[in-house]
Amino acid sequence: MCGIAGIINLAQEQPITPETLRRMVSVQQHRGPDESGAYIDDNIGLAHARLSIIDLSEGTQPIHNEDKSLWIIYNGEVFNYPEIRQELVSLGHKFYTSSDTEVILHLYEEKGINCLNELNGQFAFAIWNVNNKTLFLARDRVGILPLFYTIQNQRLYFASEIKAIFSNEEIPRALDLESLDQIFTFWTTLPGKTVFSNIKELPPAHFMLISPSGIKINRYWDMNFLNNKEIFSKKSDDLVDEISETLTDAVRIRLRADVPVGTYLSGGLDSSALTETVKKNFNNELRSFGIRFENKNYDEGSFQSEMVDYLGVSHSEIIIGNDDIGTNLEDVLWHTEKPLLRTGPIPLYLLSKLVNQSGYKVVLTGEGADEIFGGYDIFKEAKIRNFWAKDPESKLRPLLLARLYPYIFKNNRLNQTLIAFFKSGIENPDDPFFSHNIRWKNTGKIKNFFSENVKDSNRNYDSYSELMKLLPAEYFNWDTVTKAQFLESMIFLSNYLLSSQGDRVAMAHSLELRVPYLDHRVIELLGNVNSEIKINGLNEKYILKQVFKDRLPASILNRWKNPYRAPIHKALLNSTMSLVKEYCSEESLKKSGLFETTKVIKLINKLDKSDTASEFDEMALVGIISTQIIYKIFIENFQYQYTESDTFDQFFDYRSVNEKLRKACN
Amino acid sequence: MSQINAVKEFIIENFLFGEEEEIELETDFFDKGIIDSTGVIELVSFLEERFNISVEDDELIPENLSSLKRVDSFLEKKLSQKVA
Repeated sequence: MCGIAGIINLAQEQPITPETLRRMVSVQQHRGPDESGAYIDDNIGLAHARLSIIDLSEGTQPIHNEDKSLWIIYNGEVFNYPEIRQELVSLGHKFYTSSDTEVILHLYEEKGINCLNELNGQFAFAIWNVNNKTLFLARDRVGILPLFYTIQNQRLYFASEIKAIFSNEEIPRALDLESLDQIFTFWTTLPGKTVFSNIKELPPAHFMLISPSGIKINRYWDMNFLNNKEIFSKKSDDLVDEISETLTDAVRIRLRADVPVGTYLSGGLDSSALTETVKKNFNNELRSFGIRFENKNYDEGSFQSEMVDYLGVSHSEIIIGNDDIGTNLEDVLWHTEKPLLRTGPIPLYLLSKLVNQSGYKVVLTGEGADEIFGGYDIFKEAKIRNFWAKDPESKLRPLLLARLYPYIFKNNRLNQTLIAFFKSGIENPDDPFFSHNIRWKNTGKIKNFFSENVKDSNRNYDSYSELMKLLPAEYFNWDTVTKAQFLESMIFLSNYLLSSQGDRVAMAHSLELRVPYLDHRVIELLGNVNSEIKINGLNEKYILKQVFKDRLPASILNRWKNPYRAPIHKALLNSTMSLVKEYCSEESLKKSGLFETTKVIKLINKLDKSDTASEFDEMALVGIISTQIIYKIFIENFQYQYTESDTFDQFFDYRSVNEKLRKACN
Repeated sequence: MSQINAVKEFIIENFLFGEEEEIELETDFFDKGIIDSTGVIELVSFLEERFNISVEDDELIPENLSSLKRVDSFLEKKLSQKVA
């Protein structure tokens, strides 16, 4: 994968310099350390930093078509490119590289924007049409790879990372207070928004056309679920076979690379299933990588070791201690470019470093299986509360929650009060956010820490209404679990899991993640499966377990699912309290003006004195510290490394000023 | 009423970090999300220590703990038992 960046003039010609483009790729060089290239004419500048994975010798970008009327810069992988290429060759297209990049360009030449329907992969790209002066920007269906943009001074700037846009001094940098409201409700921003004012993200499954007649943004694919009448309502062997075959093929095409491909192996069902599929079908010499925690409450080591022995893979692991979390938080936020409410991205940031040091550029990971196959506890919680809502006075129905959250209900004395906590909203099961209201309401309490200024500014703003606008009409016909599945997929998947915990912390160490469970064929197939089959009773990911029932040990198939988490309280409030001193001092809180100092100090004092911490207090702690860090490193004191002497490995200069010079010389 | 002021102060300091406006006598801690699952443990530990009482398992029910008014009645009952 790679980093892309560009600037297009929307009105009169404003000169775009190679230095500007060099800065924009240099600041995101971790995405593409191998090569760089650029194209400039009077209307546009396109730049690219390359991580070479397919066609190592010839794939330098930008790439053009036969008559150089189309130019592409591209970040990503299209896994079905050999098949598409064959078809294009038969239609007479000529290729000068064997890269997937060139295949996309010719497919666009052949089919226009409909090319997107044929691509199976993860990507963000820009295609410039010299003849009609139109720029085509597009992002993959699920939002695996990032693409940000902003419009300033009659120019549109775009890039894989926001820091590349900010490397232009004329771009104002400020935090968007409405986005903070969203993050402190949903754990991340809603699609399209970032935490920075006027910096937008092209949402997943969208494309953008920028032409002399204006700017258009459209959706080209839906992560949709069919109405109950049309779906598979019972488990059948045919269904399991079809899903098994599709998943195997999704893995097969994701092993296409001119470098070795490894896997992440946590010991959970998803990564175990994936690693088994690769090892048994495609690569007997497979390398896998995993995270261990010093703190036993977070560690899954026994399951990981079991799978390593069972499959006979060559496995490497890192062991994460509390200090690793605290000392790497600032670096991780430089990459995630948004505040966090949990520390899960940090171990993954350190894991990608290990993979990089092991000489690997690509790994397959299990992300997306929980969203697509129905794995999250919140789906089961919604199911139980829905069942309870039919008889709110029942004493037995809520006890199912104790089965779901044994670690919360471990103290029997508290059962009745815990049940009262989960009863909130039970009288309104038709509420569109029935499944998530408790979580969001609990998270939303962190907004009490906002300063009066932030509260005043957001007084008339409501994140829930904003979310309502994004729901498709069919949403209101779906059952509770399907609604919950959609909300997780729309809000959390791309904007947290695949970014803060995915691409961004992997690419920080030049590592490409590939996610077979998010092959659109798998998603579309599972979209046809009734939620009662996905979660059979309280047995999550039932269909996935059926696919692997004879292929994985029973202890892995039947194990209780633990959510992936990393330490917070003791990791951030360590003996030196350095993060608190630097980012939560009275002075730094006053400077950002985002949080009320007295409340933040009360929170820190409370946690500092205590050996344990509630989930809410931990979320508030990470949320406040990470927002303060984001403010410091992106707003107050934005600094990045740039070497003036850097040059592009490939540079196409079509500016008229140079044409004139060339003619004069001739 | 002094005992309930102490409870109110504890809740404002520990769960609302100084935000006083949110809590009235009958505000439901659980429904309003003021106290979450682990917060109950903090509240009960506070009541036991501050008022020198022992809360029995079967007393850990929302009817005793879900609002200031209910905690007040519960404390009245516990403290009068102690005197008796």
